[in-house]
Amino acid sequence: METTKVNAAFLCNFEVMQILQQLKDKTQKKHKREGSLATVTYETVHYLQDTECKNQSAESIQNFLKAMKCFKLTKSEKLMMVNTPPRTELEIQLIVQESEERLSEEDVRKIIDVVNEFFPVST
Amino acid sequence: MFVLAEMKDVIRVTPENFHQSLTESITTLLNRKLANKVVLNVGLCIALFDITNIGHSYIFPGDGSSHTEVKFRYIVFRPLVEEILIGKIRSCSREGVHVTMGFFDDILIPVNALQHPSRFDETDQAWVWEYPKEDGEKHDLFMDSGESIRFRVTSEMFEESLPSGPPGGECPVQAIAPYRLLGGINEPGLGLLTWWETPDQDGDVDENDELDNDE
Repeated sequence: METTKVNAAFLCNFEVMQILQQLKDKTQKKHKREGSLATVTYETVHYLQDTECKNQSAESIQNFLKAMKCFKLTKSEKLMMVNTPPRTELEIQLIVQESEERLSEEDVRKIIDVVNEFFPVST
Repeated sequence: MFVLAEMKDVIRVTPENFHQSLTESITTLLNRKLANKVVLNVGLCIALFDITNIGHSYIFPGDGSSHTEVKFRYIVFRPLVEEILIGKIRSCSREGVHVTMGFFDDILIPVNALQHPSRFDETDQAWVWEYPKEDGEKHDLFMDSGESIRFRVTSEMFEESLPSGPPGGECPVQAIAPYRLLGGINEPGLGLLTWWETPDQDGDVDENDELDNDE
């Protein structure tokens, strides 16, 4: 076996959740589940269920990324924002490197508003 | 946190599986081979994403199986260094705090990457962040197992593991973790999620509760 490209693309938690859930449904129907695949999908879905991705949709993520375009964030920063949506200034500082220089206070406020608009907190 | 890795492999389908479609057999065999396993310098494999190319199948003399070259993409757990993740505390030891993601356990937050100042509580077997209060006193913040924790990935280590010997063998091979992550929580905003809850979301009440309980 050979790995041609270690990192061909990033996947956000929502995408992984969808794929694994489909896989789970498919294998359950057929009544033949492979040991290690069943274990890892169960554990991963179990983890993802407690994250924000269960309230997200492909549409909300697309709209969020469109709204994020004007802030000049890197791909991985935006990915982290989708996976763990920041709700406070502190969380933005953690995700965005050198955020004080790259984002004004107004930008930070705007990002929090956008996050709350597209990924509302579930109660 | 998750990435796609492009790989290629030659898949051997044994004759008893010829009644299945080739794609079905390949999917099953690739998942059997890779799911829940660590590939060196790639990461922890989760599940097959898609098959991008199926080459010609060959049958070799003396073997009825078909051998097919396949190119495929696999979902792999491989957080970026510097990425912020949320996990759960598995246990605490003198080495630091052990964190689990549920599907991946080999994450350690070493002592020098804990919030400063921290001490290890022998009776509770837990690390405690001695948060300084304004009046010069300390407020002990315990890191108990099972709590959700936000941390930054600081480094990753891959180790080639030896194949395990035959079952019931005399000399058990020492199990080493093939893929380990080191994390850090020595920045504001990192650590237990409850430490940083904003006061406007009923976090205020919780905080007061905690203070009362400790005193």
